[in-house]
Amino acid sequence: MTRHSSLTDAELVRACRAGDSEAWNELVERYSRYVYAIAVRGFRLSDDDAEDVFQDVFTRIYLRLDSLRDDSALRPWIAQLTRRRCLDALASKSRETPAEDELMYEETSDLTDVEEAFAVREALAGLSETCQEMLDRFFARDQSYRTIGEELDIPSGTIASRIARCLGRLREQLEGRNPPAEGSRG
Amino acid sequence: MTRFSNEERLGVLLRLLPPAPAGWVRAAQEMPIARRTFDEIVSRAEADLAFRAALVADLEQALAAEGFEPDRRVLDEIRDRLTNN
Repeated sequence: MTRHSSLTDAELVRACRAGDSEAWNELVERYSRYVYAIAVRGFRLSDDDAEDVFQDVFTRIYLRLDSLRDDSALRPWIAQLTRRRCLDALASKSRETPAEDELMYEETSDLTDVEEAFAVREALAGLSETCQEMLDRFFARDQSYRTIGEELDIPSGTIASRIARCLGRLREQLEGRNPPAEGSRG
Repeated sequence: MTRFSNEERLGVLLRLLPPAPAGWVRAAQEMPIARRTFDEIVSRAEADLAFRAALVADLEQALAAEGFEPDRRVLDEIRDRLTNN
């Protein structure tokens, strides 16, 4: 957690425009998984192409932040930049390998899932630090019970039940049973 | 919000957003520094024809001689700029 992690997107954008380098670090941190997932899951880019897209998207964000009309619309703007850049990468690839010209590059259903996943990730921020760590390590980082237990100093035999409890809390958070977390983004 | 009522589905969605490779994230975070380096090199090349000629002759060596250590992307951009201007 940094002092910027509780800022809304609009506040973050304003801080970035003012030249706050920590705000920029937070913006990259907040959206790095999203851009990565669109490139790799949504458009199935290779690692090399995905890395080019990733760096190019953040360069464009940095250079064009002043052109964003609605500071709270950061996420759709980033999604649009990333999708366009992925399509460019695929188009240039198909020019290099004409045999693939007939392939249609359509947005996969995974792209819709990525949007849902981002909403879930935002809700995750409303849980305790331990729950956030546990769910992220188990699901997103694919760590074993043993690794999680060692790194969080928790008996590994209790990890499964803790994960189940944290998932339940996450579901409640998403269903609005819990009040929104303080400083929730958006 | 019933679409999230299934915890198994929540697990699937959490798996969809793994961390981006740490090196990529770091490079993106350091990008403002890279941009400043790029701007400095380009404005110097515009003002100093000898420096520009040295860049055209051997970009990496000319930059190293002046103490610049830009990454690959910045090098590519400078190369593009020198070719197109």
